[in-house]
Amino acid sequence: MGEISVRIENHPVLEYKRGKKITFFFNGMPVECFEGETIAAALYAANILDLSSSRRLHRPRGLFCAIGNCSSCLMEVDGVVNVKTCVTPARHGMHVCVQEGKGDLL
Amino acid sequence: MIYTDLMIIGGGPAGLSAAKTVSDYGVKSILVEKDRKLGGQLVKQTHRFFGSKKEKAGMRGFTIAQNIENEIRKSGSSEIWTDSTVLGLYEDGVVTVLRNGRMEKIKPKKIIAATGAFERYLAFENNDLPGVFGAGAVQTLMNVFGVLPGKKVLMVGSGNIGLIVSYQLIQAGAKVVQLVEAAPEIGGYLVHASKIARLGVPILTSATLKGVYGNGKVEKAVIHRVDERFNPIDGTEEEIEVDTVCLAVGLTPLNELVRMAGCAMVYSGELGGYVPLRDDFMQTSVNGLYCCGDASGIEEATAAMLSGSIAALHACYSIFPDIQDYQEQMQRLQSALTELRAGPFGEKIRKGLSRAVVIKNA
Repeated sequence: MGEISVRIENHPVLEYKRGKKITFFFNGMPVECFEGETIAAALYAANILDLSSSRRLHRPRGLFCAIGNCSSCLMEVDGVVNVKTCVTPARHGMHVCVQEGKGDLL
Repeated sequence: MIYTDLMIIGGGPAGLSAAKTVSDYGVKSILVEKDRKLGGQLVKQTHRFFGSKKEKAGMRGFTIAQNIENEIRKSGSSEIWTDSTVLGLYEDGVVTVLRNGRMEKIKPKKIIAATGAFERYLAFENNDLPGVFGAGAVQTLMNVFGVLPGKKVLMVGSGNIGLIVSYQLIQAGAKVVQLVEAAPEIGGYLVHASKIARLGVPILTSATLKGVYGNGKVEKAVIHRVDERFNPIDGTEEEIEVDTVCLAVGLTPLNELVRMAGCAMVYSGELGGYVPLRDDFMQTSVNGLYCCGDASGIEEATAAMLSGSIAALHACYSIFPDIQDYQEQMQRLQSALTELRAGPFGEKIRKGLSRAVVIKNA
């Protein structure tokens, strides 16, 4: 399986001002990204496209709207369930996990 | 409780322009934006705007947003709350906002809702597979975070968004393998369509997406032809190898907040869905509550900026009727908006507005 999504290095119009390199954990596995990136953008850049699963049929769910309107990217972040990872910035040392179903609040 | 003259909900093109207009008159306002930064869809728009110089033509979307934000910050009369979400509008005129984990209560004299729009979805087989994105999401990933969502893309929809995002994908290094449009004709400006056609993007009209297939992610798509009633034509299926499908099939106004406040609404297919009834100054049937930009009907950013300014100017004037150049400024904004909606591309909008603008104010 080749890489699907990648970080853009050269763009004719845009200049990306990337923050410093940080590392967070996805299901226990370290993921490197840049400060300022959202969790979902960082996961996509690392070719992790499966963010959650549908409740009944357990079909994979990816990023869809990227602005916090749909619920496709809800994940468990540092023990908090249903975090919209497409609008939540990645932080160094943070633990991000795929959550089971609706996520357990208690 | 925080008291202010005006509260502007949403920091996209309409809300930013409203805040800018308000600060021109030194009127106090609070601009609330749920994202971490201002600009809304403008921050993703890397193309130069069309139209008149006065309405920022020739500038790229993200530069427009940055310039307006700088002007608002310089004037200092508008407070800017980013990362803050409006939770509700109440009958007694109080607005609740979630900010820094706290609920703030604000009582403004007037409210301008510039809450934008959300992307439409499309029914096709396996439309939930990772790799299927809304066009806005593709723009956010590419143009804000510098992450290219895929290398081989199928674009669905030939409105201006589909055409422009195709171009942006090519600029960012992806290949747009195919663009399909269910209607018999290209929806957006031909200048944008020609640009991507010259770069080798095949544009197929009267065709749509049947389904996407793959193991846990999009690996291929099947398109097929449709007749004039959008029914699929048997035997026209064609398989395309893609890793990404980008849906640019239109937008729907995001206006639950004004609806919650009890505004009279009307359905307008031309404007993208339910929109609030309003007067010429974007004031809804609830006194002191304005709705502008895409939340009041889907158009494009220039129209959103103008309608935001109109709402803000009228709101300022109704609080401070001694504003000197009110008539002159209002006339300028109104005629700019009328001019923008003139011509064949504005026909749909004009038709929608003929039903949405009904309240006549003195």
